[in-house]
Amino acid sequence: MEKFVKLDGLVAPLDRANVDTDAIIPKQFLKSIKRSGFGPNAFDEWRYMDHGEPGQDCAKRVKNPAFVLNQERYQGASILLARSNFGCGSSREHAPWALYDFGFRAIVGESFADIFYNNCFKNGLLPIILPKADVDALFGLTEHTPGYRLTIDLPAQLVVRPDGHAIRFEVDAFRKECMLNGWDDIGLTLRHAEKIREFEARRRVEQPWLFS
Amino acid sequence: MSKTLYEKLWDSHVVHVEDDGTALLYIDRHLVHEVTSPQAFEGLKLAGRKPWRVSSIVATADHNTPTSHWEQGITDPISRQQVETLDANIREVGALAYFPFRDKRQGIVHVVGPENGATLPGMTVVCGDSHTSTHGAFACLAHGIGTSEVEHVLATQCLLQKKSKTMLVRFEGKVGAGVTAKDLVLALIGRIGTAGGTGYAIEFGGSAIRGLSMEGRMTVCNMAIEAGARVGFVAADETTIAYLKGRSFAPKGEDWDKAVACWRTLVSDADARFDAVIDIDAAAIAPQVTWGTSPEMVTGIDGAVPAPEDFSDPVKSEGVARALQYMGLVPRMRIDQIPIDKVFIGSCTNSRIEDLRAAAAVARGRRIAPNVKLALVVPGSGLIKAQAEAEGLDKIFIAAGFEWRQPGCSMCLAMNDDRLNPGERCASTSNRNFEGRQGAGGRTHLVSPAMAAAAAIAGRFADVRELS
Repeated sequence: MEKFVKLDGLVAPLDRANVDTDAIIPKQFLKSIKRSGFGPNAFDEWRYMDHGEPGQDCAKRVKNPAFVLNQERYQGASILLARSNFGCGSSREHAPWALYDFGFRAIVGESFADIFYNNCFKNGLLPIILPKADVDALFGLTEHTPGYRLTIDLPAQLVVRPDGHAIRFEVDAFRKECMLNGWDDIGLTLRHAEKIREFEARRRVEQPWLFS
Repeated sequence: MSKTLYEKLWDSHVVHVEDDGTALLYIDRHLVHEVTSPQAFEGLKLAGRKPWRVSSIVATADHNTPTSHWEQGITDPISRQQVETLDANIREVGALAYFPFRDKRQGIVHVVGPENGATLPGMTVVCGDSHTSTHGAFACLAHGIGTSEVEHVLATQCLLQKKSKTMLVRFEGKVGAGVTAKDLVLALIGRIGTAGGTGYAIEFGGSAIRGLSMEGRMTVCNMAIEAGARVGFVAADETTIAYLKGRSFAPKGEDWDKAVACWRTLVSDADARFDAVIDIDAAAIAPQVTWGTSPEMVTGIDGAVPAPEDFSDPVKSEGVARALQYMGLVPRMRIDQIPIDKVFIGSCTNSRIEDLRAAAAVARGRRIAPNVKLALVVPGSGLIKAQAEAEGLDKIFIAAGFEWRQPGCSMCLAMNDDRLNPGERCASTSNRNFEGRQGAGGRTHLVSPAMAAAAAIAGRFADVRELS
C-alpha cells in the first residue's frame, strides 16, 4: 500500500447523500479477478451515456456532460467531496479500488458506511469525516472557486483550506499509523502469531465442535 | 458485571488489543464466494503465505451462476472464469466444505452456511459480502468484510476490528396476518434511516422477534446492513437450538449437549446497558413497499409516494426528487396503484423454504397478471429447491405462471443473465433498491415474498391481507 502523509489536491464535489457502492462500481465490473483497472468504470452509469460492459474502450464512449466529475474544471481531482453515508451498500472493495484508480487519494464527507470506510484504509485512500457545517462550506467554496484545492495533513489530522482555515479531523491511531507507513495489516497481525495460536488451542479444548 | 450479547461475543474472541482499542478478533467461520475472493487468494500466494486454518472455510459459487440451462454451464466467459478461479483456489487450498456450481447443496452463501449447520451460535463469522449479518440470527458475531480482509482472515484467522456501540431494537406486540420479518426490518429502516445503525451492532429483540422462525430472524439480520449496521443479531433460544439439531456440521452426541449448554448463555444479561434502544410497535406495522432508491424510502401498502417538499433538509429533499424521477413516480401516487413489469422472489434475504411457502400460498390457484412479463422464483439453495419440490411448491408456481429456477443470487444484483431492462419495474424480495442494482435503469421495489406474489397476481402492488 502507498503511504499517505500529506496531500495537496484539486477538489471535486459529489453533492448527493447515500452514494452506494453499486453506483461507485456497477456489478458487471466485479467479474474481474484483478485488483486494478476499475478507474475507467468508476460511477459508470452516471458517467457515460451508454451502458457499460467489461472490456470496452472507455476512451471511445460518450460521456454524460451533466455528471459533475466529467466537467473540465474537476479533471485531475484527487480529493472527492461527499455528503452523508457515502459508500453504503455492498462490501465490494472494488469501490475503493475504482476511486483510487480514478485518481482520488482522499474523500472528505459528512459520514461513511462502515465497511466502505474500513476498506478505504486498506488501500491508501483516506476517508475524512467533517461536521456538516464544514462540509456545507466546502461545497460552496468548491463550486464558486475555480481550481479549488485543499491540503490534507494526516500527521496533524488537519484539512487546510487555501484561506488558511484548518479543520481538525479524527482518525483511529492504529489506522493512522498504518496509512502513514503504508503498512500491510497481515504482516502486523502475524507479529501476534503466537498469541493467535494460544487462543486457538484454548478454544479447541473449550469448544471442540467449532473445529470439526 | 452485566454484559450485552455483543460484549459477550466480542470478549470471547479477542486475541490482542492495540492501544487505541483496535482488536484482533479470532474468526471461527470463513464463508467464501467467487466475487470477492480471487484477489485475496492471489494476494496470499504472491506474499508466499498459507491459509491459517482451512477447516474454517465453507465456500460456494452463487453471485455469477446462471439459474437456467445448467446443462450449458456458464456461458458468459468472464463469469465462468471467476467461478473456475474459485474452483481452482479451493482445490489448491482446501476447505471444510465446498459447494461448487451444480452441486446439489450449492446455493447462496448466506443460505448454505446455516442450512448445513456450518453457522453455529457463539461463532465469529466473516464473508466478503455485506449480507454476512444474516448469520447473526444464530447469536453469532457476523461481519461483512472487504477483499483485503478476506486475505487477512485467510492468512491470520483474525479480523482487525474496533468495538461498535450497541443498539437494542425491540419489536414488541403481535404482528398482523400477512406481515412478515421483511416488513419488520423495512419498517425499522424507514424509521432510523440507512445510516441509523452506522457504528452500532444491533441486537434484535422483543416478543415479535422471539416469535419468528430462524428463517425470519435471518431475514431481519440480513438487512441490518441496510440500516448501516455491519452486524445484527438475535439471542439464542429454543428456536435456535431446534433448528440446528441434526444438521450436517452441527455438533453430535456429547458435544451437542455441551454446545447447547454453552449456547443458552448467548443472551444479553437482563440489566445490560445499550448505547441506544429503539422500541417499535410490531402490531402497528403494515406490509411494506419501498418507493425510492434507498431502502429507507419505504411506506406501508396503504400509503402513498411522498413529495420532495415533505422533507425540510435540502439534501434529502433533492434526493427524494431524484429518486422519484429515476423510479418514474409522481408525488401522492398511492402505492397500490403502481403497476409492475417483473417479479423476483429470491436472494439471501428471502429465498428460504418459509419464504417460498408464503409466496406459494398466495399464488396457489391464481394466475399472474397479463402485464407481468416475468415472475421468477429462485430458491436459495439446491436443498431448498428439493424441499420445495417435495412439497409441490414448484407446481403451484408454474401453474400460476411463475418460472421455477435453479438456486443463486440471481436478480438481486443481476450479475448473471437475470436482470431488469431499463425502465422496468420489479416487485422484489431482495435487499437493495439502489439505482441499477437489478439491471441498468431498472426500478426496484422491495417487498416480502407474500407481497411479491400478490403483486404478480394483481399486476400492481396489492395488500396481501385483502386477498381472500
